[in-house]
Amino acid sequence: MVHLALFWEFFKIGLFSIGGGLATLPFLYKLAETHPHWITAAQIADMVAISESTPGPIGINMATYAGYHAAGLFGGLVATLGEIAPSVVIIILIARFLENFDKNRWVSSAFWALRPTVVGLITFALLKLLSLVVFTDGMLNLRATIAFALVLPVVLVFKRVHPLLWIALGAAAGIAFNLGP
Amino acid sequence: MRVRLAALYLAFLKIGALTFGGGYAMLPMLQREVIDKHGWATAEEVLDIWAIGQCTPGIIAVNTATMIGYRKRGIAGAIVATLGEVTPSLLIITALASLLARVQDSVWVARAFAGIRIAVCALIVQSIITLARKSVVDLPSILLFLASVVLTFLLGFTPIAVVTLAIFCGLIVGWVRRGRS
Repeated sequence: MVHLALFWEFFKIGLFSIGGGLATLPFLYKLAETHPHWITAAQIADMVAISESTPGPIGINMATYAGYHAAGLFGGLVATLGEIAPSVVIIILIARFLENFDKNRWVSSAFWALRPTVVGLITFALLKLLSLVVFTDGMLNLRATIAFALVLPVVLVFKRVHPLLWIALGAAAGIAFNLGP
Repeated sequence: MRVRLAALYLAFLKIGALTFGGGYAMLPMLQREVIDKHGWATAEEVLDIWAIGQCTPGIIAVNTATMIGYRKRGIAGAIVATLGEVTPSLLIITALASLLARVQDSVWVARAFAGIRIAVCALIVQSIITLARKSVVDLPSILLFLASVVLTFLLGFTPIAVVTLAIFCGLIVGWVRRGRS
């Protein structure tokens, strides 16, 4: 039963997340709210880190990770298949029937509104994640907050540095300065 | 010449295994495997397919794999290419997740992840800025962006509801604009 539910939840994520990569993040946060026994908000942050530092599309990595947490090996497989199922069907239909899908004026009208909306949704996920960093277990985590304020401008300036390096530095700093709860 | 299903699977397995992050990151690998090595598509075709992958639901890398697979070998090709693309994620993430589940009670791992979370927040801010530069550019897009943040973060709307609203909003605005001209 849990596998069926997993498939359905990730099917919905695959159907409604448009824009790839981090676009699935806001949906996963909602999932953590509705199914906290599957995955918690704190685990989502760890999942982003692992997904960014391993090969493969971030969205797929996150689905596998969340599914594994919810229901083990088979859970990861089912969540991933659920997430890719809607787009496989949609792409096949488009390839078969709609030659100039990306140039269709209704599609571009929808995307005119979707693009900024998706950026807003990712911002929502960021705010959720950030509130977890700033308030650890409901208490203000001053050290982590100061660390974020110091790190952010550096990451924004050195844009070409690979995410993996920032994540490794984050892990080292977390241990060195005891940034945990 | 008929493309072998095994060749499709292996080519996308390679792309999935050697691409860090989705979206743009897959383009160089796609070029090497699909255009240069196998000659399955021209550079223009690949860019078109990738553009369609961006404006359809789901993960861009998966959509691109599905579309190229479909064009080469129909539905079987679409499924085989897609499975090739997600196989490395499934293997690597499952292995890592089971490893992490074993060490999650360690205080050192907790501290490392507390630091990693800070780095991830900064990386997401970086992605949001990159996306916003392209798509949050004028008054309507700024309003849509803000509406999306307020609806999800402050009013508790689900991302699915917000995406649906955005599509309707875009279609109505497009319809009104076309009516006027």
